[in-house]
Amino acid sequence: MPLTIPREEYMEQGHTACAGCGAALSMRYMLKAAGPKTALAIPACCWSVVPGEFPATNLKVPLLYTPFAAAGAAISGLREGLDAQGKEDYNVFAFAGDGGTADIGLQGLSAAMERGHNVIYIMYDNEAYMNTGIQRSGSTPYGAWTTTTPVGMKRDFKKQNKKFVADLMIAQNVPYVATATIGYPEDLERKISIAKSIKGPKFIQILSPCPPGWYHNSADTVKISRLAVESKVFPLYEFKNGKFSLFKPSKTARLTDYLSLQGRFAHLKEDEIKVIEESVNERWSYLLKKEQS
Amino acid sequence: MPFLPITYASTSTKILSSWRTSKPVIDYTKCTRCAICWKFCPDVAIDLVVDSSLKSPNEKFSSLEAPSIDYDHCKGCGICETECPFGAIEMVREEE
Repeated sequence: MPLTIPREEYMEQGHTACAGCGAALSMRYMLKAAGPKTALAIPACCWSVVPGEFPATNLKVPLLYTPFAAAGAAISGLREGLDAQGKEDYNVFAFAGDGGTADIGLQGLSAAMERGHNVIYIMYDNEAYMNTGIQRSGSTPYGAWTTTTPVGMKRDFKKQNKKFVADLMIAQNVPYVATATIGYPEDLERKISIAKSIKGPKFIQILSPCPPGWYHNSADTVKISRLAVESKVFPLYEFKNGKFSLFKPSKTARLTDYLSLQGRFAHLKEDEIKVIEESVNERWSYLLKKEQS
Repeated sequence: MPFLPITYASTSTKILSSWRTSKPVIDYTKCTRCAICWKFCPDVAIDLVVDSSLKSPNEKFSSLEAPSIDYDHCKGCGICETECPFGAIEMVREEE
């Protein structure tokens, strides 16, 4: 049967990601589309420990570890260095978690995009600082339990809404901005291929469910990422050369289908679910309006 | 400082089978070789092999590439069981 995604693997077995890791799938799909001519920079995040201890690595591409805030600066330097050597056919990628993108790395990212280097910044969004033990980040959604927004006798869950970094990048008029998720690998491969073909800065946000951090069954990783799109919690959209297009899933799911699979939302009461539902609907109509304008 | 080459060692020699509590077992009589399990494996622990000795729903499938699980690297997450549209994969509890 013909395969729907490229056969080549640039990510090998033996990595130390948890069972059912969404970020591991993100990296696997990204490298399949990126190909062998790739240089990769990874700031502090789960993926800075997943490849293995020196000298062993599970990635077949060159890899540079950067400080937490410096992924954007590092890829700018890598790009200019490769260009100076005449290696313009190489693609430079950053692969950063949501902490290294939405919070700590935001200035580096914004500056790299503003300078207009020919780089691709991938944010794999697992919605908290998972590597250090599930602390809340700017990308954590409303209502989520984390270790710094605990729910016990006092219900101290996160009261703020998620920060949408892809929207920030659109506001900055980056030539190509997209959101993707591991539940739709063919769509993800297509978006990386488009990003490769465009000259200038590119930004792609990939929703990557995290079984220990979201408290879900490791078998449901792909199912949850698909439900996130079907329930409109994580809309897939593309912004290319000033044109915005929104993916409308053919199958829709209820919000509670998405929330009920995750332990981090298990404490929510009906009125709190209603708050989430309202903000999801509001955002969906905002994106629809954006598409028409 | 002496000039040293940058070394490269693959992690694929590491055995991770002790991470598992249950392992996926493929029922080849139900497997239509769609490769969806291969596509969604986060541990790259499913290989595609041509093996005509494997069972198949009927002989037109037997010449196609079939998934084969690499039990040295499978962490037993169970995504393949959830995603298999034909129910051909079952998670079986590992014995002590």
